[in-house]
Amino acid sequence: MENNLYHLNAEQVASGIKNRDFSAVEYISQILERIEKIDVKINAFVTVDNEGAIEKARSLDKRIQHGESIGGLGGVAIGVKDNICTKNLKTTCASRMLEEYIPPYDATVIKKLKENDAIIVGKLNLDEFAMGSTTEFSRFGPTRNPWNINYVAGGSSGGSAASVAALECAISLGSDTGGSVRCPASFCSVVGLKPTYGCVSRYGLISYSNSLEQIGTVGRTVTDVMLIMNAIAGEDANDQTTRTTVPGTKTTSRGQTPKYSLQNKRNIRVGLVKELVEGADPLISKCIHSAMDLLVGSDCKCEETSLKSVQYALASYYTIAMAEATSNLSRYDNIRYGFDSNPEEYEWNTYFTKVRSNFGEEVKRRIIIGSYVLSAGYYGKYYLRAQKAREMIKREIKSLFEKYDVLISPTMPILPFKFGEKIDDPLKMYQIDIDTVVANLAGIPAISIPVGFNDGLPIGLQIMANQMGEQTLFDVASSFESTIDIHGSPKI
Amino acid sequence: MEIKIGLELHCQLTGLQSKLFCPCRCDYRGMSPNTNICPICSGLPGTLPLLNQRAVDYAGMISIALGCKIPSAVVFYRKNYFYPDLPKNFQITQYNAYGFTSIGVEGKVDYGVKSSTIKRVQLEEDPGRLVYGNSNLDTLIDYNRAGVSLVEIVTEPDFSEPKDVRIFLNKIISIIEHLGVCDTRLDGSVRCDANVSLEGGNRVEIKNVGSFRDVKKALRYEITRQKTMSVRDIEIKSETRHWDDARSITKQSRKKEEEEDYRYFPEPDIPTIVLGDDYISSLKTKMPELPHERKTRFLRVYGLSDHVAQVLIDNKELADFFESTVKIYPSSPNEIANLIISDLLGLIDDSKKEQRSIFSGLRIDAKHIAELVRMIDQNVINRNIAKMILSQITKTGEMPSYALDKMNASVIDSKDVISETIESIFKSETSAVKDAKQNPNAANFLLGKVMQLTGGRADPKIALKLIKIKLAVLE
Repeated sequence: MENNLYHLNAEQVASGIKNRDFSAVEYISQILERIEKIDVKINAFVTVDNEGAIEKARSLDKRIQHGESIGGLGGVAIGVKDNICTKNLKTTCASRMLEEYIPPYDATVIKKLKENDAIIVGKLNLDEFAMGSTTEFSRFGPTRNPWNINYVAGGSSGGSAASVAALECAISLGSDTGGSVRCPASFCSVVGLKPTYGCVSRYGLISYSNSLEQIGTVGRTVTDVMLIMNAIAGEDANDQTTRTTVPGTKTTSRGQTPKYSLQNKRNIRVGLVKELVEGADPLISKCIHSAMDLLVGSDCKCEETSLKSVQYALASYYTIAMAEATSNLSRYDNIRYGFDSNPEEYEWNTYFTKVRSNFGEEVKRRIIIGSYVLSAGYYGKYYLRAQKAREMIKREIKSLFEKYDVLISPTMPILPFKFGEKIDDPLKMYQIDIDTVVANLAGIPAISIPVGFNDGLPIGLQIMANQMGEQTLFDVASSFESTIDIHGSPKI
Repeated sequence: MEIKIGLELHCQLTGLQSKLFCPCRCDYRGMSPNTNICPICSGLPGTLPLLNQRAVDYAGMISIALGCKIPSAVVFYRKNYFYPDLPKNFQITQYNAYGFTSIGVEGKVDYGVKSSTIKRVQLEEDPGRLVYGNSNLDTLIDYNRAGVSLVEIVTEPDFSEPKDVRIFLNKIISIIEHLGVCDTRLDGSVRCDANVSLEGGNRVEIKNVGSFRDVKKALRYEITRQKTMSVRDIEIKSETRHWDDARSITKQSRKKEEEEDYRYFPEPDIPTIVLGDDYISSLKTKMPELPHERKTRFLRVYGLSDHVAQVLIDNKELADFFESTVKIYPSSPNEIANLIISDLLGLIDDSKKEQRSIFSGLRIDAKHIAELVRMIDQNVINRNIAKMILSQITKTGEMPSYALDKMNASVIDSKDVISETIESIFKSETSAVKDAKQNPNAANFLLGKVMQLTGGRADPKIALKLIKIKLAVLE
């Protein structure tokens, strides 16, 4: 039945509820039924907050009946990656270490979503502590790709992309450290944005790699992604790395929240990143080229360009990410919170060792490598070099944006693959992040939009803009979206 | 034998309202365990540090006061190590590496004839506190202190005598007290570790020294220990030793001290803090008067001697006490200073010098000293009696004039009062008066009677004169 309410995009839901075409309770009930029915196949959710969601919908309906004004996301069902803290709702990071953890506070983004009357329906699956590219490293089992459940959904925000693609919620939040929103968005054929570093508050996002990660947004349309950004972007007193301007420029007013709206942009200068297009599966490169052909001529000029420093991107990315991770994850010693385990009669060192052996294999690998690259005598050889490479990439990216408004590449160099295909080969797994890590290293915004299918498997196109260039990104992505016109939902 | 001593001081910025990275109270003392905590300072997942700008200002002021260079920008580093009192299992601190330094470097502090080089001043967070239970198995953790701002002051090992260390420490404390950044008399607000080496040999760290008096004791003990070992050709190992307060010895730490690798790297959640010349000069204008500036003022305004001024400014409380007394009675700053230094200081119980206030146990106020000095100036009492009164009122808290009345110690120089006394004696001692006509010594006998009756307070010269006049009249 195509007129089921769960098919609606966030924009449509918000206006439908506001105009009393249907009630929030009607809509949310359908969403919860949908989750109940199909999530056994997809496994996008770690926790579903049935009661909380219905209760919130009821109170929203009451407010509408009383003629009160409601927020811009009023009644919209949103899923939240399970590494973003939600007060009184379990936040597990898909790890044994936080299996029973209930945060006593809301992340800033959650506070803002609630202020905008969005309804949080549940917490979404991920690779443990967001470390992975397939969501196979979850304590709660892998998330399946809604387009073909034998294939991975991508990661680490697998639940965030799969739930939106499978119509289990209209929009979702993920986090993107090296492509963790864009990769699953590409694999599940939805729109996924990683904002500029500092554009969205990280307060309440459980840290994996602080200098690289941002909370990102997933939707089925560019407009929906933009709507969430209007709710969550902006400076936050709880995160001193947030800002609304490009570093180096003077801030005129503090505490501003950017407001985005789609504008028709003309004469866009597009740079197609040669290294990333050539490095991809030829099927994907072809698809990117034909998408470009559709757009060139009308309002945009496109040429091939080169990003030479991309050869250092993966090494730089993984060195920095793992170094920061090893430190971030040291707090999980199961003394103040965690899982049920009694420290009595243990010498503390022995206890730490015992409880910390409960991290999953991939997390352990990254903790060990991270410790190694920071250790005395190796810091200069690895961490410092990685930072230098990062500076080099930043400089090259900056100079490219003097010539182009946006840079384009595939989001992923390969098509979605089957479960288990790469899980035993960490290096191969790391290599598929090549197209996405550049944006994290440079702190620039990047969006992945659906651009086609091959054999029923989705292909995503990545658009990158200069720092704080989210508006440009939305404008360009929207013209792609309307030109390429990929619609439809997976049959599950 | 060449002795090298270096110091590492940790000083809590108790003058702040909140902790270094969160809004929790800086003053955690006396609170129930784990009530002064929030998601940030207890290191809950997802929280981020929010730098307290005033803490940076205070650390900057300390750096300036210790003659340090302040870099144009500073960053924080993470020092990674596992310990149950660290909520995040890393400490946010500063580190001199990779193009950045801590907030202060390469300072110099003169103390008397010698000086010491300050290696660095750095801002960092205090860990929580481990409380050991009755059995060895029982350890409790209190995170109330976790995240309180701490300034670490590290000196080069350029002390050679424990007594110099004590003088230096007093100097530092006075500076910190004058800046108003730390109430150094709060329990545990200033902690001092020391390192000792002989003849350029291995360095021994001494930790857990509770008070500054003990620093001197611990250093003396450690030097003797090392010298004895050296004489007997026993190798001195590089190690950490703890000061055992009860037994007054240093002893090897139970914990095995391996060369720990702290895996320092820049804290990504705190953006680089740009300081620059404008910041430093604005900080300087905000800084309160430092001890050496105060001394200059004392010499100039009050005309004190160099020595007296030095003794006063070496202890902020003493200097403050002096100035509040002068405010009440501005006429004799020198008399006030002398009374404080030579008489009042002598009454202070040495064992109480480490307490909350040097005057603790003494019921003394500026108004007491002011009145006492006024009485000396007006010849109501002499210095000896002033000293007696002082010793009395520090126990009772009475005003000097009241105490004086009670002691009846005032000199009776009123002719009328003395004459009255003489009158009554002449009536009762009629035979002595008769004798006096022939015997000149009888006048002295009568004087003795006057003194007896007035409790020794009558001015004897005046009394004798009056007695002689009266005898002459009788003739």
